[in-house]
Order: sequence, then structure tokens, then C-alpha cells
Amino acid sequence: MPVRGEYLGMALTIDDLDVENLEYFRHCAEHDFHLQACAQCGRLRYPPTTACPWCMSLESTWKPVEGKGTVHSYSEVHHAIQPAFRGKTPYLILLVDLDTQKGEPTPDEALRVAGNLTTADGQLAPAEMVRRVGIGTRVRMVFSDAGPGLALPQWTIDETATQPERPWRYPQE
Amino acid sequence: MPLPRTEVDATTPKYLRDKYAIVGVGETTYTRGSGRTTRALGTWAVRNAILDAGLKASDIDGMLDYSGGDSTSATFIAGDLGIRVNYFMDVVGGGSSTEALVGIAIGLIEAGCCKTVAIFRSMNGYSQVRIGGTGARSAAPVMGDMLHNRTYGWQSAGQNFAPTFMRHMYDYGTRPEQVAMVKVAHSHHASNNSKAYYKRRYTIDDVLSSRFICKPLHLLDCCVETDNATAIIVTSAERARDMKQPLVLIRGVVGRCSKPRLDMHYQHGPISTVAGYYAKNILWPNSGVGPEDIDVTGSYDAFTFTTMLQLEDYGFCKKGEGGEYVSSGAIQLGGRRPNNTSGGHLCEGYTHGMNMVIENVRQLRHDADDSCPIGPDGKRRHTFDYSEGGCRQVRDVEVSANLGWANPATASSMVMRRGW
Repeated sequence: MPVRGEYLGMALTIDDLDVENLEYFRHCAEHDFHLQACAQCGRLRYPPTTACPWCMSLESTWKPVEGKGTVHSYSEVHHAIQPAFRGKTPYLILLVDLDTQKGEPTPDEALRVAGNLTTADGQLAPAEMVRRVGIGTRVRMVFSDAGPGLALPQWTIDETATQPERPWRYPQE
Repeated sequence: MPLPRTEVDATTPKYLRDKYAIVGVGETTYTRGSGRTTRALGTWAVRNAILDAGLKASDIDGMLDYSGGDSTSATFIAGDLGIRVNYFMDVVGGGSSTEALVGIAIGLIEAGCCKTVAIFRSMNGYSQVRIGGTGARSAAPVMGDMLHNRTYGWQSAGQNFAPTFMRHMYDYGTRPEQVAMVKVAHSHHASNNSKAYYKRRYTIDDVLSSRFICKPLHLLDCCVETDNATAIIVTSAERARDMKQPLVLIRGVVGRCSKPRLDMHYQHGPISTVAGYYAKNILWPNSGVGPEDIDVTGSYDAFTFTTMLQLEDYGFCKKGEGGEYVSSGAIQLGGRRPNNTSGGHLCEGYTHGMNMVIENVRQLRHDADDSCPIGPDGKRRHTFDYSEGGCRQVRDVEVSANLGWANPATASSMVMRRGW
């Protein structure tokens, strides 16, 4: 059965043939982050794929992964393109290095998981919070519900973590 | 476990150098609101390129084009111009396709499939399908893999590439005013190009005080969206020697060379390095030249940052010093190695890369179509006075490089030289 949801007025669909995405988002719907672990080389991968990008194996198992990491890069959007995001600017698009498997198998590789900066309950972050986040900020994963059976991974400031004194932000505010 | 990351040697035997040529170039006007179909625009541009080459329809027997479902097939353009093709193909793609299709054209001629190939791109990029994903495309349903990006308001080219641009600033201390110099330089070039959609000269302040689109991109860091078609004609150097225009030879081509994890390249860092890092290892050995030999560049400027990143990763400066290089005066007319002398995508018009190839062909012919006076022999008397409204020709240019971009993970490129 295809999964359908709605988020910020956008109609979301995962086709019933898309087994990898169905499984990924099934875990997200339970607010539980899972990634595929390759049955052959053991590496985790993101986003979901049919084969392992390191060893081409088709076999994998879904493993729970801790949703904690550091902002690797970001964009702060001021001019929304999609109708869903109009009236939501500025919003942050984050690329977050998960602590798990960071620097493997080569030093510059990481599981870099995308998401918006949100509040702890998964609402797009207010402007005041946007201004506090940059490269180096420690974040934790939360979820935005998008209907029954579907939720999107998001990022919020990890208030319990040790934060950099000043995360790196674009010089012009 | 072997990683699929091993460097692949894609260099070719050097006998292909100088064996093929670009013999004709043509375009429509660069407008917003062409009032014509992409079929009409494509027909116009290909016809102009054929006439520029001094050829007739029956001399063309191959046709290639690229689009993202926003154009008209070679089926119609060839038919409308009375061209019977021995090989034609419509390719899916945008930026990086021009140089990649030149590579395919060379392969086709080499394989005996056809002899002379017209390559075109026709688009109403402003009045029909807007490349920025705005208009009707902005509200398209979100399905499958798009749930990993569009649901986050991460859809347009600027939004997609921004993490690479931002991380470059973080990794190397690149400053906004350095990158803004790309727009400044290209706008100066465009002011000497009557074809350019934007002919106004901009300053660093203009760029930095224009509104933010998505950081680190201001409005003036982004290219223009226009309606236009562009075309080039590729054939063997042997045939080219008898043709109308000064010989412009192809030294080497790289077509759609990628970073690892092409689908989600941000997994594989450094994300401040782009595909040119890999492409340069094919381009320079195949062309038998290096960055120091290049007189003029055409580095894809969908954004100011894309020009800078490519110049850096192809080795025109040290890694990390792109900001310094583009703000040093080197890329401006009169500088060491001008870039996008027509004004490029930031100012002349948006063609998914082809107008930068057309411009470099004209540069290598020593025939940039500026306002310099035309002598009794029909040739321009270039003044090399680059003040506003003046000359656009680079003095004594012999070798050019085009650096095509689709995204941070995909690069195409080409070296051409003036023949003799």
C-alpha cells in the first residue's frame, strides 16, 4: 500500500514499489531513526538505497541509529520557492554529520542527514532560534508528523550538549 | 572490501587532440518573453549556426540536443530545416551538457555514424519552464526520494548547492565581497556585449546589498532566467579547414565527470570540493596543456560561487584560494585570464552552458562581436579598450577552457585552441 501524508500543505506520497523508502519512513513514523546496515561490509548508509554504495551488496538490515550530530553546513532561506514555505522564512536547511560512523570509511565521509531546524516538537524554528545555529552546533533529531504512518526527521538544538562558544555563521546577518 | 572510489584513468590517446573543430555558432536573442515556441527558437539558432559555418542543410547529418522536458526534439528542428540526419538524439540534462555532447559528437564522427553534428539547447527559461523551480513546478507533488529534500524546502538549484558554497567559506575563510567580484567582472563584460540581457555594470556593494535568496546567495549572486536557443556545429578538423571561419580546434573534452555518491554527494566530503577536482585529471592530460596555458575561461556561472569553485578545483589557483583569485582582477577583461567575456549566465542569458562555449569560439576566432569598428575587409578592428560599451576581445587569445557545471557533483569541460 502506498503511504500518503501531508506536511505544510504539501501532499507526500511513497509508492508501494519504493520498499526502501517505505521502511525508512515507517520507522520515522514511530519517531525512531533507523538506517540500513550492509549485511556484507556492515556500513550504515543514508539516504536509503537498494545496494550498498561501498560494496554493492543487496542485503541489508535496518538498525536503530542515535539521532545526534553536528551541523556540517547549512543554508538560511530568505526567499521561499515552494508555496509551503512562504511565510516560514527565514528557515534553515541543515546537513548534519551523525556522530555514528563519522569519518568512515574515509576521513571526509559521514552520514550527513538533511533536515530543517525545528523546535523540540518539530515545528519550523522561529527566527530567534535560527540566528543561534551555524556550522558546529550540536543538534539532536526530532520528528515532524505528516499524517498517520509518516513523519520527517528534523533537527533541533541539543540543549544538553556542550555547544561551541560561537558556531560559524555567514558573516552578513 | 574494494571501494568503488579508485581513481579511474580516462585519459585518451593524444591523437584525438586537434582532430575535431567547432565550425559554426549561433543563437537567438536573449529575452524574457520570446513570444515563440522552443521549436521556433531552436530552428532559428541552428540555422544561424549553419549559416555562420558557411554550410547548407545537407552538410549537417547529425543532431544532438539536451533539455529537461522543456524543449523540442531534434526530430522537429532537423525536419523544419530540411536536414536529413544519419544520427540524432535528445539527451536529458541541463548544465554540463554542452561539453559532454561535444564529446559524444566526436565519438559519433570517429565511429563513422555521421560527419557533421549540430548541437542545440532551446528553452523558454523565463516565460515557460523556470529553471529555479518557481512557478508551476514549485507546487509539484512530493514523492519517493523527494521526501529527503523537497519536504525541507530544499529544492531549487541555489538551495541545493548552498551547503557546498557555505562550507567553502567555513573551510577556507572565503569572504562575500570576494565572491561578489565574479558578478562585478561578468557585468563589466556584459556591458560590452549588445546581446546581453543585463548590460549594467554592478559593484560589490550592489551585490552585497541585494536581498538574500538563500544564504550565502544574494539576488545578484544568482544568474538571470531568459528565453533563448543556442547552437554549435562540430565536425572533423580535416573538413573544417575548407570552411568559412577561422579554425577553432578541440583539444580535449570531459563529459559529466562526477564526484562519488552522485545521488547524495554530500555524504562524501570534502563538500567544498566539486567535480572539477576529478575532471581536471582528464582535461589537462588529454588536452596536453595546463591551467597556466589558458588565456580565457568560461566557468559556468549559475551562481557567482560556481565560477569560483570550478576555477579553483581545475587548478587556476591553489585549493582554497578561489576567493582571492576571482577578486584579484585576473578574471576581468584586461586581466591575466578573463572569465565569461560575454557576461555569462549572470548577465548575458541562461542557456545551460552553451553561450560560454559560443563566446570562446568567437574569442579564438579573434572576432568577439563587440562594438569595435569593422574594417573594409569585413573584420573587426579591436581596440582592446575595455571601458563601458567598448571592446570585448581578449588580446592574442590562443587557448580557452570551458568548465561546465550541473551541480557540485557533476562537471564537464573542454579545451579549445585557435587553429592555423
